[in-house]
Amino acid sequence: MKNRYRDPLLIQKVTQKIHQVTESLDRTVRLMEVCGTHTHSIFHFGIRDLLPEKVELISGPGCPVCVTPMEFIDQAILLSRQPDVIITTFGDLMRVPGKRGSLLQAKAEGADVEILYSPLDSLKLARENPEKLVVFLGVGFETTIPLSALAIQQAEVEGIRNFKILNAHKIVPPALRALTTQDIRLDGFILPGHVSAIIGLKPYHFLAEEFGMPGVVAGFEPLEILLGILKILEQLSEGRAEIENVYRRVVCSEGNRRAVEMINKYFVLTESEWRGLGMIPDSGLMLKDEWKDFDLLTQENLDAVKAVQEEMEQLSEYSSQNMDGPCICGLILTGRKIPLDCPSFDKVCTPESPLGACMVSAEGTCAAYYRYRGRGGRFHVR
Amino acid sequence: MSDKILLGHGSGGTMTRKLIENLIVKTLGNPTLNKLTDAATLNLPSGRLAMTTDSFVVTPPVFPGGDIGKLAVYGTINDLVMVGTKPFYLSLAFILEEGIELELFRRIVDSIAEAAENVGVEIVTGDTKVVEKGKGDQIYINTTGIGIIPDGIEMSPERIQVGDKVILSGTMGDHGITILACRKGLEMKTDLKSDCAPLHRLVNAMLDVEPKIRVMRDPTRGGVASVLNEIAEQAGVEIKVEESRVPILPQVQGMCDLLGLDPFHVANEGKLIAVVPAESAEEVLSAMRALPEGKDAAIIGEVVAKTEYPEVFVETEIGTTRILEMLAGDQLPRIC
Repeated sequence: MKNRYRDPLLIQKVTQKIHQVTESLDRTVRLMEVCGTHTHSIFHFGIRDLLPEKVELISGPGCPVCVTPMEFIDQAILLSRQPDVIITTFGDLMRVPGKRGSLLQAKAEGADVEILYSPLDSLKLARENPEKLVVFLGVGFETTIPLSALAIQQAEVEGIRNFKILNAHKIVPPALRALTTQDIRLDGFILPGHVSAIIGLKPYHFLAEEFGMPGVVAGFEPLEILLGILKILEQLSEGRAEIENVYRRVVCSEGNRRAVEMINKYFVLTESEWRGLGMIPDSGLMLKDEWKDFDLLTQENLDAVKAVQEEMEQLSEYSSQNMDGPCICGLILTGRKIPLDCPSFDKVCTPESPLGACMVSAEGTCAAYYRYRGRGGRFHVR
Repeated sequence: MSDKILLGHGSGGTMTRKLIENLIVKTLGNPTLNKLTDAATLNLPSGRLAMTTDSFVVTPPVFPGGDIGKLAVYGTINDLVMVGTKPFYLSLAFILEEGIELELFRRIVDSIAEAAENVGVEIVTGDTKVVEKGKGDQIYINTTGIGIIPDGIEMSPERIQVGDKVILSGTMGDHGITILACRKGLEMKTDLKSDCAPLHRLVNAMLDVEPKIRVMRDPTRGGVASVLNEIAEQAGVEIKVEESRVPILPQVQGMCDLLGLDPFHVANEGKLIAVVPAESAEEVLSAMRALPEGKDAAIIGEVVAKTEYPEVFVETEIGTTRILEMLAGDQLPRIC
């Protein structure tokens, strides 16, 4: 069956319109795609090749692995080395380097680390291994948080007490606020499709209302991304700033109420550190007091937690910034630099031996640049 | 006999002897193997000898469309036939984990017998070891195959010319995604089956039409992307692949989209990639399509230039291009 979202004729029509609208603009415009899956699609389909020189696409902090601070990875690795602990995680966290190696290395050295596809599988392991502490690495945005909430709900129902979350869940809109208020010139946001399916459009309205910044929720097919870009350009050309949605087949303005209720039932907003953006108020989620039993780090009486906290103190003499060394992940995640500006890119930093998180995840900006270098991503030079 | 594999089955004593005689030889027997000598003595016609070896490690050992036994026979046979070999003999070595069900082992040996018969090869020598529980993943198999390359067949990347066509023998990624779908933790319900199959008939049919096929490879681990990159590198050429021509099942594409995997990097077990002279490509394709293992074959691209900087690039469905990289490490499923 033909995929109409990849129909070359339709793509051509939208591309022509993009070129027409861009002609009416008297400057280069910088649009940020917030979501890592967008970054990946943009490279995969060579979308930059279709755009006028005056339209720059900047990859934002939309890959949960990339924005997770190194301290979290360190904690996870230290935990994995404790006796009777099973670490469960999504796959792309495995290669992210911490101060002393990655989870993949820890696994090779004998740590019990299991890759899974859903937090519910973590619960299954906890059920099957009652003598072990099963820790789920809770990394991810609004898309994955409801699943973590579901796992907690299920653990509560079944009375499973050896299941805990090492929590680093983050929510996207406060990061957009931080980006908009920092010294980064941006003209519009291609808003994330999956996240928006959960939260709807309302949480983005501040962008248009407070900052006059256009934002369009787009899907991940090439036609949808191009339509998103076109809509932002039209707004810029007409001097408008609104939040629009060209991903109506999946995203409705109200979002998914049940998923949001699940998040709100178990989590409450808190300050959170984003790699590259620093500490952002109300951008993280912590478990509510009544569910603290499932929050690993509050279990101070557990030997594994005590041991990890002691070791973390020893590690903390190095700042993550120092450990990043020649890696400029932070600047890349905020669109201040592109991977080609990084002295380590494709030299000491490759997907086989990544220095920073952006080179690790398939959705990381550096990984995308590396993988599709030369073609499918006319590297814009500023 | 116990219903489980025990350490004694690998001791070299009577238990080993019984396992070999009552199960392995009974199922796989032939005049050479039946002698149970330390080494098989073989008759081979004259010609260039080809030899290959491969070890098979797969979880779960039985999966939709195949099992580790079938894989161990077809995998090695396919490596032989990719250089035009007529395969004759296979060796077979098992490493079994203490405690596995004898029934599972029996099922796998039966499957090996069926696969060997299907290809027309004899299993002439072998070995069985048992490791302690927890020291292995149920069952590992190593097979070594030998055969003869007929005169006039000479496949090598140096023969690749600009204009040559690249043919893929069927849908991409079926095996890798099937295995992933039935792994612990994912257990997705799909109607997908592994493409695990021998390619000797297909290769014979192709060589009958065009003995000057430049090169053939089976895109197992690392997938189509890795094989194409290897070919480009060895031949010093640039290869263009047209994405819209690459056969892929919608279920495989869907699972790849869901998990953030690139089907070009996913493993296949019964597929081949061939670089064929342009003038005979259509005829080779017709011969392939006439066989069940080649019914979905397609010309997916061509060699576009000789170059000092070999690369493979994909012309996307929307007319843009992107680089097709080799796989770095394992593909890991993504978070969102």
